[in-house]
Amino acid sequence: MARPARSGPPAGSPIDPLGRTVLSSNEIARCLRRIAHELLEHNKGASDLVLLGIPTRGVELAHRLSAILAEVEGCEPIPVGALDITMHRDDLRHQPTRAPMRTVIPDCGVDDMIVVLVDDVLYSGRTIRAALDAVADLGRPRAVRLAVLVDRGHRELPIRADHVGKNLPTSHSEMVQVRLRGADGIEDVVRIAPGDV
Amino acid sequence: MARHLISSADLSRSDVEAILDTAASMHDVQRREVKKLPTLRGRTIINFFFEDSTRTRSSFEIAGKWMSADTINLSAKGSSTSKGESLRDTVQTINAMAVDALVIRHNQSGACHQIAGWVDASVINAGDGTHEHPTQALLDAYTLQARLGALDGRHVVIVGDLTHSRVFRSNAITLRTLGARVTVVAPPTLMPAGIASWAQRDGFSWSWDLDEVLATGDAPDAVMMLRVQRERMSGGYFPTAREYTVGYGLTRTRLEGLLHRNPDALILHPGPMNRGLEISPDAADAPASLILDQVSGGLAVRMAVLYHLLAGEGSAA
Repeated sequence: MARPARSGPPAGSPIDPLGRTVLSSNEIARCLRRIAHELLEHNKGASDLVLLGIPTRGVELAHRLSAILAEVEGCEPIPVGALDITMHRDDLRHQPTRAPMRTVIPDCGVDDMIVVLVDDVLYSGRTIRAALDAVADLGRPRAVRLAVLVDRGHRELPIRADHVGKNLPTSHSEMVQVRLRGADGIEDVVRIAPGDV
Repeated sequence: MARHLISSADLSRSDVEAILDTAASMHDVQRREVKKLPTLRGRTIINFFFEDSTRTRSSFEIAGKWMSADTINLSAKGSSTSKGESLRDTVQTINAMAVDALVIRHNQSGACHQIAGWVDASVINAGDGTHEHPTQALLDAYTLQARLGALDGRHVVIVGDLTHSRVFRSNAITLRTLGARVTVVAPPTLMPAGIASWAQRDGFSWSWDLDEVLATGDAPDAVMMLRVQRERMSGGYFPTAREYTVGYGLTRTRLEGLLHRNPDALILHPGPMNRGLEISPDAADAPASLILDQVSGGLAVRMAVLYHLLAGEGSAA
């Protein structure tokens, strides 16, 4: 059976009480701060960076990263966009259709920029594969990087993240739940739940 | 969402909202340099038009192509229909080619419903006789929503040949689904029989007097002028074109009166227009006119409809 490369549950979904917390609000903040520093170090500054979040929680993470980058560098806010990948998914036929979210590209566009894709959980890699196709339709970035809050393993495609908040060994049956203030209205947390085996 | 789109009544409010949300994303795609999505790769869509059309057929064709489906156009002229093949045989022949969707325009009301019972493909009604034209109603709602926001409580006036208008029938349903109030206006000869009970059942108002509707009651947020369909009129509906314009055309005077009561009032027309008959050039080219927005919105809405009917689990393919 093909495991769907599903994106996260809709904003505001409840958390599974059986789960355990793996990242607290403070730890998430520290992860993002470290990712921001890594980005700056790797890019030798904040020039030409564009952050594209993958809805829904990736967009919120991208906005937070942008704020941290601007604070650390003392520069103008880094452009942030949203990249919906619904229309590029390879598993459309295996699930009910749903309305795509809006793709928002900053005014600077992506041509010749360093695009950083931002998502909450990296799993099969299929979402990122779709995102790479979606970016290619928008223009030709100088480079594309990937920053994720959690890498839970089990890749099905040759894709890896450049910046990872936390590597989290999981089994297929487990569920990784990311909840963020903006998207979910509760305090930031990352939890692992046993899932329905 | 159901497998076919035959009538606007097939769509619940959440279906309509999902289509309009998707259309908004698709509208963004139209502004890009690369207007191509891989979403319907490997799907085949046949546009079968038994009746003439410019915008509906071309927009369905482009919509399919932009989503990477293979689209093929057929018309009654030039197909075996002109050799006397029956409708059933024709569509079953096409069905045997394992197509995924049939977009059908036909001059007989109910043709799409009939065809849906004969084929495995998804059937999309692109206008059947005087019955319905659901994608037109969706694109009108989309165009209005883009300007007005939510349509709840908004007042839309539909004017013209109601007897022959599939656009009116579908719009009355979809606008009501979205919570708008609809008033329909037509000369007595072009008002459908039994309009009173129909209006009561479907929750719209009706009148024979355009000036009264425009001048009294709450001001319209939008006025939709319907085309005078000369091809469906064997005669006798109104004495002269001039008389129709005087009574029911959106003339410069009426436009000024409308904008005086509501400076933000909008004008729609499904096209093709008879300039000088049901709509004056002043109104058609006014800043309030959304007629070209309707065309570009039509493309986005048709992409959204194809996506929702064909992309997901349980679709025809």
